[in-house]
Amino acid sequence: MGLEAYVAVSAALFALGIVCILVRRNVLYVLMGIEMILNAANINFVAFNRFGSGGIDGQMMAVFVIILAAAEAAVALAIVLNVFYLFHSVKPSAADFLRE
Amino acid sequence: MQFLEFNPAQDFRLLLLALFLPLAGYVIQIFVGRHLPRRGDWLLIGGMFVTMCITVLMFAKSLYAAYHGVEFRWHSGDDANLWFHWLYSSAQAAGGTENMVAGIFYDPLGAAMLAAVGVVSFCIHLFSSGYMQGDKRYHIFFANLSLFTFAMLGLVLADNILFLFVFWEVMGLMSYLLIGHFAHDQGSGFHGWATWASKKAFMTTRVGDVCLLVGILMFHHHFHTFRFTELWEAARQAVAANAGVFPSWMTVAGLFVFGGTVGKSSQFPLHIWLPDAMAGPTPVSAMIHAATMVAAGVFLLGRMYPLMSPEALTVVTVVGAFTALMAASIGITAWDLKAVLAWSTISQLGFMVAAIGLGSVTAGLFHMVTHAFFKACLFLSAGSVIHGCHHEQDMRLMGGLWRKMPITFACMLTCTLAIAGIPLFSGFYSKDMILMAGYERLLEPEHSGGTALFATLALSAAACMTAFYMFRMIFLTFFGEFRGGEQGGMYKAELVAHGRGGYIVYHDDLGKPQHSGDLRLHAHGHGAHGHDDHGHGGHAQAHVPHESPLNITLALAVLAFFGLFGGHFWLLQGDPLLHHSKPWFVQAVSESKLYGAEVGEWLAPEPIGEAAVQAAEQLEHSAHSSALYTSLFVATSGIALAFLLYFLRRTWAPRIASALGLLYRTVRDRYYMDELVRVTVIRPSFALASFSAAFDRVVVDGLVNLAGRTGRGLGFFSAWFDRTFVDGAVNGVGAVTQVFSSAVRLLQSGRVQQYAAFAVAGGLLAAVWLILL
Amino acid sequence: MQAPPRRVQEGQAEMDLSSRIFHALLALLLLAALGWGLSAAGPSGAVFGLFAWLVLGGSLLCIWERSVVRSAFSLLATFGGTAGLFALLGADFLAMAQVLIYVGGILALILFGVMLTPPDPFERKLPRVLAGLVLVGAGAAFLAARVAGGARWAVAAALPQPQTRAAELGVGFLAADQYVVAFELAAVVLTVALVAAVYIARRRRVDLERPDSASAGGA
Repeated sequence: MGLEAYVAVSAALFALGIVCILVRRNVLYVLMGIEMILNAANINFVAFNRFGSGGIDGQMMAVFVIILAAAEAAVALAIVLNVFYLFHSVKPSAADFLRE
Repeated sequence: MQFLEFNPAQDFRLLLLALFLPLAGYVIQIFVGRHLPRRGDWLLIGGMFVTMCITVLMFAKSLYAAYHGVEFRWHSGDDANLWFHWLYSSAQAAGGTENMVAGIFYDPLGAAMLAAVGVVSFCIHLFSSGYMQGDKRYHIFFANLSLFTFAMLGLVLADNILFLFVFWEVMGLMSYLLIGHFAHDQGSGFHGWATWASKKAFMTTRVGDVCLLVGILMFHHHFHTFRFTELWEAARQAVAANAGVFPSWMTVAGLFVFGGTVGKSSQFPLHIWLPDAMAGPTPVSAMIHAATMVAAGVFLLGRMYPLMSPEALTVVTVVGAFTALMAASIGITAWDLKAVLAWSTISQLGFMVAAIGLGSVTAGLFHMVTHAFFKACLFLSAGSVIHGCHHEQDMRLMGGLWRKMPITFACMLTCTLAIAGIPLFSGFYSKDMILMAGYERLLEPEHSGGTALFATLALSAAACMTAFYMFRMIFLTFFGEFRGGEQGGMYKAELVAHGRGGYIVYHDDLGKPQHSGDLRLHAHGHGAHGHDDHGHGGHAQAHVPHESPLNITLALAVLAFFGLFGGHFWLLQGDPLLHHSKPWFVQAVSESKLYGAEVGEWLAPEPIGEAAVQAAEQLEHSAHSSALYTSLFVATSGIALAFLLYFLRRTWAPRIASALGLLYRTVRDRYYMDELVRVTVIRPSFALASFSAAFDRVVVDGLVNLAGRTGRGLGFFSAWFDRTFVDGAVNGVGAVTQVFSSAVRLLQSGRVQQYAAFAVAGGLLAAVWLILL
Repeated sequence: MQAPPRRVQEGQAEMDLSSRIFHALLALLLLAALGWGLSAAGPSGAVFGLFAWLVLGGSLLCIWERSVVRSAFSLLATFGGTAGLFALLGADFLAMAQVLIYVGGILALILFGVMLTPPDPFERKLPRVLAGLVLVGAGAAFLAARVAGGARWAVAAALPQPQTRAAELGVGFLAADQYVVAFELAAVVLTVALVAAVYIARRRRVDLERPDSASAGGA
């Protein structure tokens, strides 16, 4: 398949990731959405690495993205749990103390 | 007699001393007079005595000069280098017409007048020290008298018409102050009348003063000078340049100047103030209205005579003759002693004015001088009588006083004979001369006309009436039984009750008619005002007349002396008897002696040629005889009639009066001229004043208020505008900000998903924009 | 309108009509993807289509599912599909890494999170979802089209050989002129993140004493 197909998949996954963040009233969905987005980025990197000028740059980038996604997921989960402890709710809109 | 020669250098200084002594006395008196012993009357009497001596001395010098035929016309500036620099610029030397410098002008007329004023004023000061004892403002009274004398002396000595006018006005002011002397005394019975009368006098003479000022200015405009000598010369030249005819403007100006005389010398129609001036104390009446102030008008005519055209002089004659006749007719009906004298003053002034109008300046001025003496004496005698009768002024309540007050009676009789025109008395000579002037005009072939005839007839009739009412006064006052006392009081009350008591009526400020008869009733036996408390302390017998003290009778005697002998001085030529004699005045004062040779020649040209001289002498002779017979006839018939009606058949007079009915009442009520003035002048003035006040209140204040209201309205509008628009704009900005911020605030909801949504949308938009553009 | 929030029992998800329709749709999508791939590039294209279906279908399901657990598990498909795509692109190490880390690590984390939080009251607004899908999808597609420069769906000749060997990547990690610094930093970051996560997520005494029943849902 050509580059365009992979980029299309990446774009669609990206869009779905954003939608997942915005639409569901649960912070865990935000987390999941973030992972989807990162995955989309990864697909993009590797696709361009394959159909581009070669070398390992794209894949390296994807590796780092994975690493950081892992770290970030851990920290994000910790934050989510903290927020849940404070606000006693999984709804993102519950933590609206910083409004206005 | 070296000392009788006039020495300008020293004599003018003496004259200045005589002039300013009364002024100095006034200044001292008003400040410290109250604290001096006897309240300072000795100070002023002494000063006036010195003044009198100086003026008499100077007058003697003028007679001496006349006796020797030496010209006696002096000017302090030209002869003694005494100038008064009034207004001048230092760039120009004194004497130019742009500068106002003045000096003293001293001629026989001035000398005679000055002496008369000096003697009369001194006598009146002396008289007042007795008469005004106990008055609350005694010292002020003396001060005013002295200031008045100063003004009169200044008027006589002035060498230019403007300064004469200044002193003229001062005398007007003094007459106001002196007539209104009792206006300051709330307790006096004269209070209301004096207030009103003083105002009336001032206002009426003011009308004349304005006319005089207009005349002065007209003459100045054409002749560019105020000085008498220059004016006379200018007049002569103006007439000569106009082919011997007076220019019409000079007639008009002369009439305006005569207006001043009409006011001050109380001719018709401005005579209304003089009878009411009797509200002042008797010495004031004597001073102002007999001797000096009213004579100032005649004096003015004398000074301005060369400037009067024949047409103006016609008017003068008619006015004077008419006044003489009218006043004499009213004098017949008067009951108040002082009122009789007041009307006789007006009448005699009419004589003087008519004489000047008829062309005989000498006659008019001569009568003025003699009148000064005998009228002053008459007034002071009346004062003595009133004083002796405890301030009763109504002749109906007098009688039989010749025994009780012999000195007063003698003096009064002397002067009455003088005024009636009995030979040997001073008044005879002057009155005779006046009639002679009338006859001269009448008999002159080219000059005879209606005015001369009217004047002669009127003056003769007036002379007859004068004799009549003066002797009526004598008989009522001094002869018969004494009608005063208790019985008299009841008689008076009866008169007042029937409305016939009031003989001098005025309307007070509220328009309510006041009868001075009531005032007499209040003043009588009240003891409230100053008149009463003098030298009477402990006088148990009420209402018994008595002779007055020495200082009064002395003054009377001095004046009576002059009243007797003032007409002829045997110092000069001629015999004391009347036939073909020329009284001293005539010799001292003639047209040429008054006005200088050229002007005098123009005014009274000497006849040239044998025939002319003969004709002139013939004319004079016949006029003199006619006048003599006429005056003798009228005098004796007047006295005889008075003798009949008021001595022999006393009941006839009231019957005649009631038979005449309306005519009598009209005359008695002074031809209703006061009422006429009240309706035509006073009421419109008040109406104008109220209209002005109303106009000011409604229109002017209304405009001001309108301006204020407009300002306020504008203020309200501004405030509304400010509130609505400006504040609205400011608030609007805030509101807009608030709206926007409310809107924008929603962006920050605190919900992270919303933030993320906006971020995504923004990012997409940015990417699209970057890619597309 | 939206369905009223229901109490979702743990481990029990109700299948309603919309879910059935959705599952059917997904099945259809699979067939479509396979067919299209096959037609485009033969068998390798079908494989690509399968993996693409896994990725996108998993994501769709994740969004659509009412239950959080099911959503989380659907990510398994997403991550697996991604790994397959990596493999197709010749990055085999990356594919392995993807499975190991994402599925083995991140997914587990997410499941831990699901476990530690109460079930949510299932709020999902269909219109909103659709709108969001449409908009974002449109935007993404647009961008993609532009970037890729036209709808050219080139076909690779055959299944590609691995382009990159793992050894190359290892060299790249350690070579001084390549990514060694980034590698070390990434290690540091990981360490820090893990320590921080532990610290942040510690239970406080206050929270222990309080009953955590703020949201609906019971136990």
